[in-house]
Amino acid sequence: MSDDLTNLYQQLILDHAKNPRGRVTLEHPTASSHQVNPTCGDEVTLSLDVQDGAIVAVGWEGHGCSISQSSASLLSELVEGLSSTDASSLLEEFRTAMRSRGAIELDEDRFGDAIALNGVSRYVARVKCAMLPWVALEHALAQ
Amino acid sequence: MSHAPLDDAAIAAIRADFPILETKVNGRPLVYLDSGATSQKPLAVLDAERDFYLNRNSAVHRGAHTLAAYATEEFEDARETVARFVGASTDEIVWTSNATEGINLVAYGLSNASTAGAESEHLALSPGDEIVVTELEHHANLIPWQQLAERTGATLRFIPVDDDGALQMDAFDELLTERTRIVAVAHVSNVLGVINPIETIVAKAHAVGALVVLDACQSAPHLPLDLHALDVDFAVFSGHKMLAPTGIGVLYGKRELLAALPPFLTGGSMITTVTMERASFLPPPQRFEAGTQRVSQAIALAAAVDYLSAIGMDEVAAHGARMSTQLLEGLRSIDGVRVLGDFGERVGLASFDVEGVHAHDVGQFLDDRGIAIRVGHHCAQPLHRRLGLTATARASGSIYTTSEEIDFFLNTLGDVRAFFGVTP
Repeated sequence: MSDDLTNLYQQLILDHAKNPRGRVTLEHPTASSHQVNPTCGDEVTLSLDVQDGAIVAVGWEGHGCSISQSSASLLSELVEGLSSTDASSLLEEFRTAMRSRGAIELDEDRFGDAIALNGVSRYVARVKCAMLPWVALEHALAQ
Repeated sequence: MSHAPLDDAAIAAIRADFPILETKVNGRPLVYLDSGATSQKPLAVLDAERDFYLNRNSAVHRGAHTLAAYATEEFEDARETVARFVGASTDEIVWTSNATEGINLVAYGLSNASTAGAESEHLALSPGDEIVVTELEHHANLIPWQQLAERTGATLRFIPVDDDGALQMDAFDELLTERTRIVAVAHVSNVLGVINPIETIVAKAHAVGALVVLDACQSAPHLPLDLHALDVDFAVFSGHKMLAPTGIGVLYGKRELLAALPPFLTGGSMITTVTMERASFLPPPQRFEAGTQRVSQAIALAAAVDYLSAIGMDEVAAHGARMSTQLLEGLRSIDGVRVLGDFGERVGLASFDVEGVHAHDVGQFLDDRGIAIRVGHHCAQPLHRRLGLTATARASGSIYTTSEEIDFFLNTLGDVRAFFGVTP
């Protein structure tokens, strides 16, 4: 198989898809968003507990391909504990990188393990898979 | 089927007519197994469209100049060619953009029937009337009927499928009443590849006075079609799935039904006399062909039909049955692969689920090896839901598909679960 494919499906992605983190139901969410990709049926519902401008808890559920599910898993680890403002700027950076067709990579200092999603941006048809939970985050933050 | 499937030499000769099949994808030879979504187009079809634009391009059914006369003649000849191909009369063939538009034309024509005058009144639906579809329909043969039911107050009912995806014909018997007005059904399921029992459905529907609307999208490219013999009332199919370009489709309607059906789209080219207050309409098929027509596409569809006819639809069907056998036997032998609709007579199309690997990931893995398949719900969410699935993968062949390609696809599919770390 090609290097591109192994770069897309890094071990970390497959691990997060199989053993998702943050896949919990929040008892008292302050905001949540349900997003569906109508072409493939992938779904993510992301819930946030935001207190005084800080995301104190993230929970999600959903089903779909390994890219959308690992992206949700990595997102939940990444934004828990951040301020809403910081989460929003991460979201914008993530979107820019994903839409760059491989030209812009995620900053490891800011994204940690989520840089495993870098390979996605070369696959235009899969960008929406990786974006699905981030769009849910965007909608939840706007509530 | 007594006809022999296409042999290697015949397929090799066909492939030479499809230059796109020489394409490399990710450095690998393209293995195109997405013909159920859209087929590739042979040179004869591309040439027919180009030749029209190069030599005879002009508007049809208007203008007295020489090119307009040639264009009109060729456009109407195309209608005759397509009519012959599906066992219909020429004036029963209406050009549409695609099958979806054809179904909408019928559905909107029926809802217009309540206000279109005495000739159309008997086609009008009212509260209490029933429209029957099936649980395996493509959204294109479901949503227009949902909408028609909403506009008219009619009730939408459906023939359920069993756990394998087979239509539950006992339930159909119970659904049918004298209030059943429309029965809309796919000839061949675009997900299962199974040929539905249309003769039985037509006989039962007609026994209660209901009209049958046939979605022939997945049969017209692969099976000999005789619409008069099938006795369906309306039928639709899309050119792009049967070697023709996008943008052209066909609605067939029995002559007397088209004559009574009010128009859906109105405007130029479908009228006789127009005043500032009102207009009278041309007889079918022109009544349903408002506006500038898809001339080059219709001519190219006729070229596609000629191409298929030259091979022979019995041979095409035998090739499809052979592909189906190879696909099913191969898929069954792979651990963790579940075939949808593993029964009955079929065309060369199979959908499947790979346990533990999402269909999108299966498709991505195959694409890496140059193999093009369809993934998702294939515009049939209710069927997927009934079978307990959200998305599946679908491999579909055509006349240019070789047994080596199917073998390569099956062998590659056998590596998918290991790659994604799903142990059998």
